[in-house]
This record gives sequence, structure tokens and C-alpha cells, in this order.
Amino acid sequence: MEKRTVFSGKLLPFALLAPQLAVTFVFFYWPAGQAVYQSFLLQDAFGISTEFVWLDNYRQLFSDPAYYQAIMVTAVFASIVAFSALALSLLLAVQADRALTGAGIYKTLLIWPYAVAPVVAGVLWLFMFQPSLGMLAKDIRILGYDWNPYLHPGDALALVIVSATWKQISYNFLLFLAGLQSIPKSLIEAAAIDGATRSRRFWTIVFPLLSPTAFYLLTVNLVYVFFDTFGIIHAVTHGGPAGATTTLVYKVFNDGQAGGDLGSSAAQSTILMLIVIGLTAIQFRFIERKVNY
Amino acid sequence: MRSMASVTRALRGAGLLAAAIASLAGPAWAQVEIQWWHAMSGPNGDRIVKIANDFNASQHEYKVVPTFKGSYADTMNAGIAAFRAGGAPHILQVFEVGTATMMAAKGAIKPVYQLMTEAGEPFDPKSYLAAITGYYSTAKGEMLSFPFNSSTDVMWVNLDALKKAGVDKVPATWPDTFAAATKLHNAGYDKCGVSTAWITWTNIEQFSAWHNIQLSTKANGLDGFDTVLTFNKSPLVVRHFENLAKYQKDKIFDYSGRTNEGEGRFTSGECPLFVTSSAFLGNVKAAAKFNYTTAFMPYYPDAPGAPQNSIIGGASLWVMGGKTAPEYKGVAKFLTYLSKPEVQAWWHEQTGYLPITNAAYELAKKEGYYDKNPAAEVSVKQMTNKPPTENSRGLRLGNLALIRDMWAEEIEQALAGKKTPQAALDAAADRGNTMLRQFQRTVH
Repeated sequence: MEKRTVFSGKLLPFALLAPQLAVTFVFFYWPAGQAVYQSFLLQDAFGISTEFVWLDNYRQLFSDPAYYQAIMVTAVFASIVAFSALALSLLLAVQADRALTGAGIYKTLLIWPYAVAPVVAGVLWLFMFQPSLGMLAKDIRILGYDWNPYLHPGDALALVIVSATWKQISYNFLLFLAGLQSIPKSLIEAAAIDGATRSRRFWTIVFPLLSPTAFYLLTVNLVYVFFDTFGIIHAVTHGGPAGATTTLVYKVFNDGQAGGDLGSSAAQSTILMLIVIGLTAIQFRFIERKVNY
Repeated sequence: MRSMASVTRALRGAGLLAAAIASLAGPAWAQVEIQWWHAMSGPNGDRIVKIANDFNASQHEYKVVPTFKGSYADTMNAGIAAFRAGGAPHILQVFEVGTATMMAAKGAIKPVYQLMTEAGEPFDPKSYLAAITGYYSTAKGEMLSFPFNSSTDVMWVNLDALKKAGVDKVPATWPDTFAAATKLHNAGYDKCGVSTAWITWTNIEQFSAWHNIQLSTKANGLDGFDTVLTFNKSPLVVRHFENLAKYQKDKIFDYSGRTNEGEGRFTSGECPLFVTSSAFLGNVKAAAKFNYTTAFMPYYPDAPGAPQNSIIGGASLWVMGGKTAPEYKGVAKFLTYLSKPEVQAWWHEQTGYLPITNAAYELAKKEGYYDKNPAAEVSVKQMTNKPPTENSRGLRLGNLALIRDMWAEEIEQALAGKKTPQAALDAAADRGNTMLRQFQRTVH
């Protein structure tokens, strides 16, 4: 039997889809197309002189060591932030799911950081770890470590990784918790009666049942680390020192907005767009198969 | 005073009423509006509004409307975006870094010297301080933009700290400065003896001018966009960075970031010797709880001709292209108003920015401002220390905002000990030259 709704004419389905398609076109395809077109141009900031240079912008990018550095930084930054944001929030959600006294307060406090804008999150962390004013920075120095994110690449990268992870944990926590609460208690109790240990119950029952949530969050977190962490980096390190925290999206901003080099900036955003499309496609193709709905 | 204020208020009210009636009566009666986009926040933003209000009250044909557009970079980008969309303001405040970009945008801008001649306003380029206008003029001396707020680098000194460390005199040379910083380091200032804000502006751009060293060919770019960076070939620049890297190890010198984010280290007392902009004065007055003074930037005594003169930073006002003749007339009148000695002297005394005309400088002297505030005159004296040379008129490099970032990236590696200073400076010059060539391609 046919389960889908079948429209008799062609007009009605198109009319119903039109608003959604129009929004997608105006806010996605059109600007994306503009970026691709711009990436073939060499233009001064005012747009007075424009020259069509084919792939010059791309050629220049791939001969620039700073671009490869940005790719490396992004890879390190993205994998650490996505992994730790997911792992930590899962751990916290599992703990919060147990009946504890004060669980309400615990949950509320964990969800709060989600309301903080990325730039503000960055500034908050900077207040604590700014080498000459930060309170925690002073403590680190007392312990004998020469903490200085303005000069030491490792310190700067660690600081933005921690800030970006902290910012994302709330959101992940919220969804993991909702996922955990929708798992029927009877399944877990049955396993407990059969003598399965706590960790065995988690890995064989809870985790597979959480996989749709985890998969969704993995996708969302990758998009987050690639694009939304920009505000944190801008507030904390401005991409420095020595490019140690310049991720691909930060470089797009810096070269285009601050530097007025629109051609290169457009070329970079085109490449970034391809990378993220590729990663998302891989996720849907290979990881989604392992997800149990 | 009170009655004066109420009279002005009444006049302004009458003006508003007249404007309202005029707008009802039709456009022929309307005042010509002049849009002025600026990047001055806080108290300086209020001062801009005051200047505009005073000008508007002084006549009735034109009305200057100032609008705050965010940071320097944001304001410039807003102006560029508005131009691309066909709605540029009449006057745009642009930081010195954007000078080459603005200058190259023929058609987007109206050179100030041309504007003044066409509008028939009295305009004598010689009445302005040459050290300032040189930065914004062509090789022939034609003024392209109006130097509104200019500052220069000076050394800020915490006198109490020097006393505590047993340094009896404010150091004048770099060797003396490092020696004083070492004493300060041993006297408890172990996080930072000496530091500088604006790492590239201070240690490459100002440093070259102050020691009469060529930073880039073609008079540092003032004489042509085909300029090539050469500062990495100067043994003195290399030696300076070797010193900075050496003293960074023990924090006798300590890095304070690419812009002025580290300035608080001076006012908090953490860093007693600090080279940064003379416009830092307002903050120091408000926050420093110790005796302080300013001094000339340090120099290397074995450099021939040093100290030369320092160059400026800050911003200038660019007049945008494509406006009508009556609008340009109003802009010209406003620039004439801004050049008045009393307006200039007031702006200088309130903000710590340099006075731009000789007359304003003389007026501030006559008013006894420098007797009460000797720290405020150091910047002017340093700027005009000697007549500028090819190497100290200023610099004009395309894409300078990006180039400064690249320089800073390389310097950070040298200070962190990851590269030798020579290798870092070579890379800084190479990467900068690539950007300069790219900029040159977009300019026809």
C-alpha cells in the first residue's frame, strides 16, 4: 500500500515548497554563488578596479605556508573541541540523569553557559587567564609555569580550546540529557536483573539508543567548531601569537574584513564550504549507517 | 555662563523650528546636511558631537551630522561598503593604516587640496605642521586628507618605580633603558621592566624614522606603490630585535601584544617603562596612582643622526567623491572651522592628540597649557625634533593592516625563541613584499 501522500497536480507541491526554496536560495545559494564568483576576481577594496584572474587567488593560497598552518590549526582545534565537548557533556548528562539530590540546580547551572554569546564567553575566559590581570593566570605563574598566551602558541591554543569547549558543553548536555530520559527505564532494569554491570548496561543499551542524538550532535559540533568559534578567537587571541590560533574561518574574516583582500577571502570561504560539505557528506554516508533509530 | 547657555539653547531651538518650517516649505530652504562617520568612542565621541554642534550653531546653511561607526577598522569598512552601495558619507575618518587604500581609490575620494580650491576657501598648506601633513600628502605636497587626530609614540615613565629601583634619571637611549629595566627587574618589577604597545608601529615604523633608516624604498612608499621593504637589511633594526628577544627571556623586556591592549600594564604599575601613543594621556590621568612623566622614545646613540623625528599615527578625515557642489562647499567650510586655532587647541588639550596647525600650537603655549602639563608637549617636540628626511616623512604601504599582522606574527616567533631575529625580519619583509605587489596590481 502507498503510504506517502500523493499530489494530483504539480502546482500545489511547488507552491507549498516555494517559500522554503526561496529562503534557501536567497540566504544560501545566492551568497554562496557570489563568494565563488568573487574568488575569481582581484579587486581593490572599493570595487573600482576589477580584474578577472581565474584561479590566481587559489594558486596564491596554496603557495602560502600560513594557509597550511591555518589548516593544521583548524584540524587540531576542531577535533579536540568537538571530541571533548561531546565526551564531557555525555559524562555530565549521565551523572545528571541519576536521581541525585539537587539535580535540578545541577542541571540548571550546566545549561546556563548556553545563553552566553561566543564573544562574551571569550572575554570571560580572557579575564581569568590574561597574563597580567587574570586571577587564575597569576595562580599558574605562582606554580612556576610561565603562562603567557600572548607569546606562547601552546598557551593561546589551549585557552581558546577550553573556552570553545566550555561554551558548547551546555547545548550537548541538554540534548544528551533529553536523549537519556527518553530511554525506557524497563530496558535498563531488565538488564540489571540479568546481572549486567553499570558500564556494560551503558555501552550495550544506553549508548546505542543514544546514537541518533550523538550523531546529530557530532554534525552540529563540527559546524560549531568550524564557524561559530570565530567570536571566541576574535575576543581572546585575534588569531595570534604567530598564527597559532588562526583557524580557517578566522583567516577568512581577517583577510577580507580587516585586510580588504576580498578575492583571497572569498577563495578561502569557498574552500571552507567544500570542506564542511565534504565532512557532513562523509558523516551521513558512513556514520549514519551505524545509528539505530 | 548660564544665560549664555540658555541663549544658545534658545537659538538652537529657533534654528530647529526654522529647519522644521523650512522642511515644510520645500527642499529649496533646507539646510545642506553633511554626514560625518567617525570611530571615536567614549569621551572623545562626545567631543566630536560638541565640535559638530558648535559648527552648526556658528552658521545656518550647513548641518554636520556625526555618526559613530565602531572601531577604526569597522568605520573604514562601513565607509567602503556604503560607497559600494552608493551611499557613502561626505566625510569618513580613516586610520593611518588605511591611507594607501584610500589614496589609491581615485573616484571614491575628493582630495582635500582640490576641494578647498574649488570651494574657494582660504587654505594654506604651510600653516599645518609639516611632520603631520606629510603623511597625508602627495610627493608634490598636495594634501589629500585632513589630519584630524594624530598622535605619536612616546615613552611613559613611572617615576616612583625608577626611584625605588635606584635609577636616578629617565633613560634616553636603548642601552640605558635596558640597564634601567634590569635594575627595575631586580627591584621587584620582575614581570616587565620595559615594554611597548603596537609592536610593529613602535619597533619597526617609528624605530626606522627615529633612526633615519629606510623602511621601504621610494621614501617608504610615499613616492610610489612600487615600494620594496628593506628594514630587514638594517643591522640596527636587527640588533634592536636581538636585544628585545634577549631581554624577553627574563622579562626585562616583556611583549604586550600587537595593539594597545597591554597599556593597562603601565597604569596598573606592573610595567614602569612603556612606549606607546601620546594619546594614552587621558587614561593615564584617570588611572595612574603614581608620579609619571613622558620622555622621547629611546634611541641607539651610535646610529648616525639619531634621534631624527618620530612619525604619526591616528586618523585623518577623507572627503568622499560623487557629491554635489553645495555639499562640498559645506565640507570645505567645516574643514576651515576645524583648522581654527581655538578649535584645534581645545581638541589637543582635551584629548592629547597633536595640534595640527602652527597657530594652534602657539595658542596652547600662550595659554600656558604646557607649563601645567609638560608631559603633553613631549610629543610635539619629538615630532618636530628635526626636519623630516626621506625616511621619516611617514609611510604609505598598501594592505598595511594585513602587513602589520604578518610582521607581528614573525616578531612573536623571534620573541618566543622559535626563529632568530634576522630570520623573522627577513620573513616579515618577504611576506610584506608579496602583499605590496598584490596591492600594486589592484591599483591602476
